Amino acid sequence: MNAFTPSPPLFPTRRGLLATAAGFGLSLQLMAVPAMAADSEANKKKVIVVICRGGMDGLSVAPPVGDSEYRGLRGGLALGETALPLDGTFALHPQLTAVHAMAKAGEARIVPAVATPDRARSHFEAQDVLETGAPGVYATTSGWLNRTVETLAAHRKVDAISIGPTAPLILRGKVQTASWSPGRGVDAEARLPTLLQDLYRNDSLLGPALARGLATETMAKDATVGLDGGGAMMAQGGRPAAGAGAQQGREAAKTLGQSLAGFMREPGGPTVAAISLDGFDSHANQAGLLTQRLAYLDAVLDGVHTGLGPEWKNTVVLVATEFGRTARANGTGGTDHGTGSTALILGGALKPGGIVGDWPTLKQNALFENRDVAPALDMRGLFKGVLAEHMGVDRTALDNAIFPSSAAAKPVMGLV
Amino acid sequence: MALADQDMKAAIAVTRFGLGARPGEIDKARSDPQGFLKAQIRRSGADQPAGPAPTSIQRMAEFRTYQRERREVRLEKASDVRPAKPAAAPMDAVGPAMADAAPGKGDARDPVKVVGNMLRQDISSDFAARTQLAASTDAGFRERWTLFWANHFTVSATKAITGTVVGPFEEEAIRPHVFGRFEELLVAAETHPAMLTYLDQIQSIGPDSEQARNMRNGFAGRGPAGFGGANLQKAAQRTPGLNENLAREIMELHTVGVNGGYTQADVTEFARAMTGLSIGGERDGVYGEAVFRGQAHEPGSRMVMGVRYDESGKAQAGAILADLAGKPQTAQFICAKLARHFVADDPPPALVARLQAAWTGSGGDLAKVADALITAPEAWDPAPAKFKTPYEFIVSSYRAAGALPVGFQQVGPILTALGQKPFSAPSPKGWPEDAQSWAAPDAIVKRMQFAQAFSAGAVQDRDPKALAADALGDRLSPDTAKAIARAESRPEGFALLLMSPEFQRR
Repeated sequence: MNAFTPSPPLFPTRRGLLATAAGFGLSLQLMAVPAMAADSEANKKKVIVVICRGGMDGLSVAPPVGDSEYRGLRGGLALGETALPLDGTFALHPQLTAVHAMAKAGEARIVPAVATPDRARSHFEAQDVLETGAPGVYATTSGWLNRTVETLAAHRKVDAISIGPTAPLILRGKVQTASWSPGRGVDAEARLPTLLQDLYRNDSLLGPALARGLATETMAKDATVGLDGGGAMMAQGGRPAAGAGAQQGREAAKTLGQSLAGFMREPGGPTVAAISLDGFDSHANQAGLLTQRLAYLDAVLDGVHTGLGPEWKNTVVLVATEFGRTARANGTGGTDHGTGSTALILGGALKPGGIVGDWPTLKQNALFENRDVAPALDMRGLFKGVLAEHMGVDRTALDNAIFPSSAAAKPVMGLV
Repeated sequence: MALADQDMKAAIAVTRFGLGARPGEIDKARSDPQGFLKAQIRRSGADQPAGPAPTSIQRMAEFRTYQRERREVRLEKASDVRPAKPAAAPMDAVGPAMADAAPGKGDARDPVKVVGNMLRQDISSDFAARTQLAASTDAGFRERWTLFWANHFTVSATKAITGTVVGPFEEEAIRPHVFGRFEELLVAAETHPAMLTYLDQIQSIGPDSEQARNMRNGFAGRGPAGFGGANLQKAAQRTPGLNENLAREIMELHTVGVNGGYTQADVTEFARAMTGLSIGGERDGVYGEAVFRGQAHEPGSRMVMGVRYDESGKAQAGAILADLAGKPQTAQFICAKLARHFVADDPPPALVARLQAAWTGSGGDLAKVADALITAPEAWDPAPAKFKTPYEFIVSSYRAAGALPVGFQQVGPILTALGQKPFSAPSPKGWPEDAQSWAAPDAIVKRMQFAQAFSAGAVQDRDPKALAADALGDRLSPDTAKAIARAESRPEGFALLLMSPEFQRR
């Protein structure tokens, strides 16, 4: 609670937010949104990128149960009648129930053979390429979503947030973005925040970060009203806390998604967001591991969907991983690092349709290097299509500033 | 001028090379800052955390008991009442004990919960002991050097089965070898049961090995080590074969680096060479001990990075590890990483070259490399370029207060909130060490909250101005000194010190 708003307003007004922010001695500019711009349709468009780290197995996310090679390649790992059917070829993992409901409503599609330009099968190199948007590793140190914000900011007020204690590379860069994870909040009457802002006035790292963190805490007071419990989870890359049962894990994951949605519904709140989930590297005991991880992912997406409410229609969510896994099961009940994987695209802004991109099949001569799902679509094309048609980013910026030297990776059009 | 320079060097020695100053420590380094650091290099290796030190073998046996009981309880429940539920999540089992881990009344007679809590307590007390060592040691450089290697050879509790052995792994495989030859450290780390388990080596079987043939022919043979828990039941469903996880990460993360010049074929060949390296199972005598099973080893020569290896048995993997340790790419990759850890996210190339020369000239003698780091002029730039990781920040806060965390609860939850959950690096790459990874807005707010709460209890009637002078020496800036002097309370002054730009960095 703070000195300016004795009780939390049921419907937060912008003035309320500003007053609270002023309690920290923040620049009001940071929170201010030009009223006219805020009302325009373009400003309501939202994009959320969910990064699943570790190499998420596409053949488990959306098993091609109708592909004649699938069972033979996957053996005991093949999903059968428990999978949730999509079309004649594909189904969804049994844990992806919320995604399946969205798909049935025409608000979720799969991208079953997608890959970044990287082919090294290294987690860390591939994550760099996925998040920087560069054609190769070490080409740039900022993330493509940060450069998207930078590009859009030239035309309109746009803001970004990542959920979790550390900011993922995809949102790092020139533009200072927000980050948030649940905590006990900041006492606005304390002197320390103000004293520190003064002490950081010449510190280009800590100064903007603290100011931004305080502003986000202020917004969180309204954005996360009535939500509780995602905290411990988020601090650990979306892994359940010690002793947390499966149901508790799902609830917390849903809360996490709802918290993110809460920020995005705030007046002047962020319209670009990133969230990162760990733990998809399934070299062994893949079935059990993915049951848990995909249930978590599904619950986060469910939370985002329900939390956004009327704003869902303005939203596109992209779920991507750094690479897929070997088409064959390995010798230890898992799969090793591969190439093509499955991305998900969801949102109320989405046009209904079948799979995005082609399906190269799992025939032996169709596999990449006789081992992986062959990439049929450049991941940058998927991202570029969404940024172009949904967020209104122009093609030149997409081909150069946001995804450097990527003119050959054509945007996938018609998704929204 | 010369004197001021010496004062600055003393502060750098303790705060950048070390883990932060305890009251009086900078004074001790003042007469000879480089000598102060060099005296911490010790052939016999790092210090060991205090307290009882159960072996990884004991811990693995405990974990096996836990898994067995869990399985039995689940089977009983399944046959009792409802239809069987799907297998529980592999990661829900064990992590450091948080507030929710205290055994509740209802748990007292549930053997699964009792053992589960014991395991959590084990992890927590390992981590607390390690943090207490860091907060109290007089040899801060030796401990920082050790933590670098522990992070280089990450084993993480994100995999439930390895949670209880991260502590023992550091004590058995890392600490004794940090000032020896790199090859010894490498072999100790890669063949330790914790690493073999963490990176899935224990179940990897040569596709043409005797064991694989037996399995295909329907003989039970001697199955995989048995540490897969639920995997055991599934073993029958799968074709025995390779798991290339450890082979790849050794090349990519532990030796030559991702640009080290290897291919997918090299990874697979190396994985074949390593088959047979596993841990003891039911019939091997000692459960959880590193073993080599000849019958699981892929027969034949291997070709890795252009070299043919005709050795048989475990000598084959040993020869490849030795060659990887000696490659110039390995020296280059790790020396650059050392320079990034100690000096700057983007370190001076001259510094990397100096470390590399010491490495190459000594055949990878890590004591010599440490000596070269201390002697390198580039390492003594007065500007603090490194932003502290959460662990470094918390440890140095305790050191600045001259205090000791009494238990896990004081350090575990805050580290988790700051994104560095104890013993739980998110991937085999270990914790990141660059400023961008740790200076997100939310993290700075949470550091401030910690500083506020910690200062309230830590300062008592001591003068924060004196504590600041002790903690930062010549690195204390006039701005920070002024802010502390103007603070309206002692805790506020101390919190300002902890959150000052120069204390957040090193």
